[in-house]
Amino acid sequence: MKTEPDRMGYFDEFGGRFVAETLMPALLRLDTAYASARRDPAFQAEFRNLLRDYVGRPSPLYFAKRLTEAYGGAKIYLKREDLNHTGAHKINNTLGQALLARRMGLKRLMAETGAGQHGVATATVAALFGMECSVYMGEEDMVRQAPNVRRMELLGAQLCPVSSGTRTLKDAMSEALRAWVAAVDTTFYVIGTVAGPHPYPLMVREFQSVIGRELVRQSRAQIGRLPDLVIACIGGGSNAAGVFAPLARHKSVRLMGVEAGGFGISTGKHAASIGGGQVGILHGSRSFVLQDAEGQIHNAHSISAGLDYPGVGPEHAAWARSGRVEYVSITDDEALQAFDDLTRLEGIIPALESSHALAEARKQAVLLGRDAILVVNVSGRGDKDLDTVLAIRKEQGRGV
Amino acid sequence: MNRMEKTFARLKREGRAGLVGYLTAGDPDLETSRADCRTALKNGVDILELGVPFSDPTADGPVIQAASQRALAGGMTLRKAIGLAGDLRLEFPETPIILFGYANPFYRHGFEELARDAAAAGVDGFLVVDIPWEESADLRRALKAEGLCLIPLIAPTTSVERAKKILKGAAGFVYYILVRGVTGGQSQAADEARDHLAALQAVTKLPVAAGFGIREGRQAAEYAQMASAVVVGSALVEAARGGRLAEKVSELHSALTGGN
Repeated sequence: MKTEPDRMGYFDEFGGRFVAETLMPALLRLDTAYASARRDPAFQAEFRNLLRDYVGRPSPLYFAKRLTEAYGGAKIYLKREDLNHTGAHKINNTLGQALLARRMGLKRLMAETGAGQHGVATATVAALFGMECSVYMGEEDMVRQAPNVRRMELLGAQLCPVSSGTRTLKDAMSEALRAWVAAVDTTFYVIGTVAGPHPYPLMVREFQSVIGRELVRQSRAQIGRLPDLVIACIGGGSNAAGVFAPLARHKSVRLMGVEAGGFGISTGKHAASIGGGQVGILHGSRSFVLQDAEGQIHNAHSISAGLDYPGVGPEHAAWARSGRVEYVSITDDEALQAFDDLTRLEGIIPALESSHALAEARKQAVLLGRDAILVVNVSGRGDKDLDTVLAIRKEQGRGV
Repeated sequence: MNRMEKTFARLKREGRAGLVGYLTAGDPDLETSRADCRTALKNGVDILELGVPFSDPTADGPVIQAASQRALAGGMTLRKAIGLAGDLRLEFPETPIILFGYANPFYRHGFEELARDAAAAGVDGFLVVDIPWEESADLRRALKAEGLCLIPLIAPTTSVERAKKILKGAAGFVYYILVRGVTGGQSQAADEARDHLAALQAVTKLPVAAGFGIREGRQAAEYAQMASAVVVGSALVEAARGGRLAEKVSELHSALTGGN
């Protein structure tokens, strides 16, 4: 299993650097700076120490006994990224990129955000390192994820509402790219997922790979072997890439990525770029993209703001093509059911993003049987989603 | 000599810089857009840059973003944009027409088919903002096979070393981006632009067109001192929607011809 992209940033035929010439010199500089930081033991040590002391890593691998009993099959373990500082896996990556920005002498960070978790994580590290921070967020998402908007403001970030297009993550990323062109000499663009131009897909995967490396260690120590199946949700795909990459060479472990099926793939209202898209070029890389026959980008739909994106990281496209990772989708309703299950059975309120992975675990647990070990990456906690979930309950006439 | 070379030779004889005019194809609908292009060409645009609308135009400012949205809402497609270029070619046999756009619609169409269709319609070249030199080999090969050029873009952030690499084997003209930013933005100080343009002209024999942020005749005249052509986009799109396109093009044209 090849794990490094080629010199041009391609994982097989996916990836590359499709950006304006204005940005190319900055991307080439970033490529060089990241390659040097990656090899530098001092950089890696500082990153590791912050992950331990600031983020609170390692995140536990927790046996969900009641959920296992309820789903009636494989033993379900949860990789608890929801317990990280700021409540999701996003902080692993923003810490790494902020350290890199500091190493490059850049004092301004900018980011796009969908659910707001990446925005919060970027605003957090900006505060930690005394940097300025601007966050681009679609106006629709600002409503859906209001608590995160307030957190970013408290942390001192400048919120830049995006009113173009669907006013969600896709448009936030377009606007962030436009803003970066204008500030490229002074600003480090902290991309929140394994998408975008090279070296971001590689760099973000590497910063997130701490999840998968811990999982390998913890499974061996706690269970005595590696799991049979690992499930993670996929928007751009950063939590999944982080958990899959260190496991990809372990052939006995099945890997499953769960895209957002929205109202169902057949309705056209979904965010499953691999399941329902074609190869295309969006936001800097070639990958699977939701688009029409003319190459215009389709609007994605998902109940989960963090998965509501019409593209996916290029390495996932390569994994899908090679068959190393299986990709499936889960609808809004299935995700909501899994959200309830984990909340009521384990006292853990998961993010709606992670609920997609949990919903697939419910299906797979029975198929795998009781002797199997299944791990779900709980990428984040659901506090930010309470408004969304409660509004749906109200609509459906259900109480809290 | 091809149309592009003939045009720059003529401009040189006339002793002036050319006017490259951008309009979004299909803004707000095909008929209006065709009429606007004719107005622009009849009033002094020397090279037409026809924008193929894209849903996510990451290098464009608010004016061209809005034009792209209107065009898509009006049913514009890449095929129709090529068709529009073909119509204009019949009426304006000598004017170079460049298609300006983003990678995905071109990629989806297929680069070979794109080159064939565009050449058949009488298009002279392409300008693709999100295909930098490193990613351009396939597209350049396909275009070259049909006698079309890929216009290279050089930014204020591009080093001379990098510019040399990009311009090796380039054809048509060089597009120098005046702003660190999106289309329609504030152009950089004329001094900085002058230095960059001089450095650029030292490493290429191709004509250099300067654009992004030029809105008025006064500015056009200033940049015309430093380049073989100036590009005006957002200001033309605004003028077209405001019913002032003929006046705007005439203003820019007379600024370049010294009022003649």
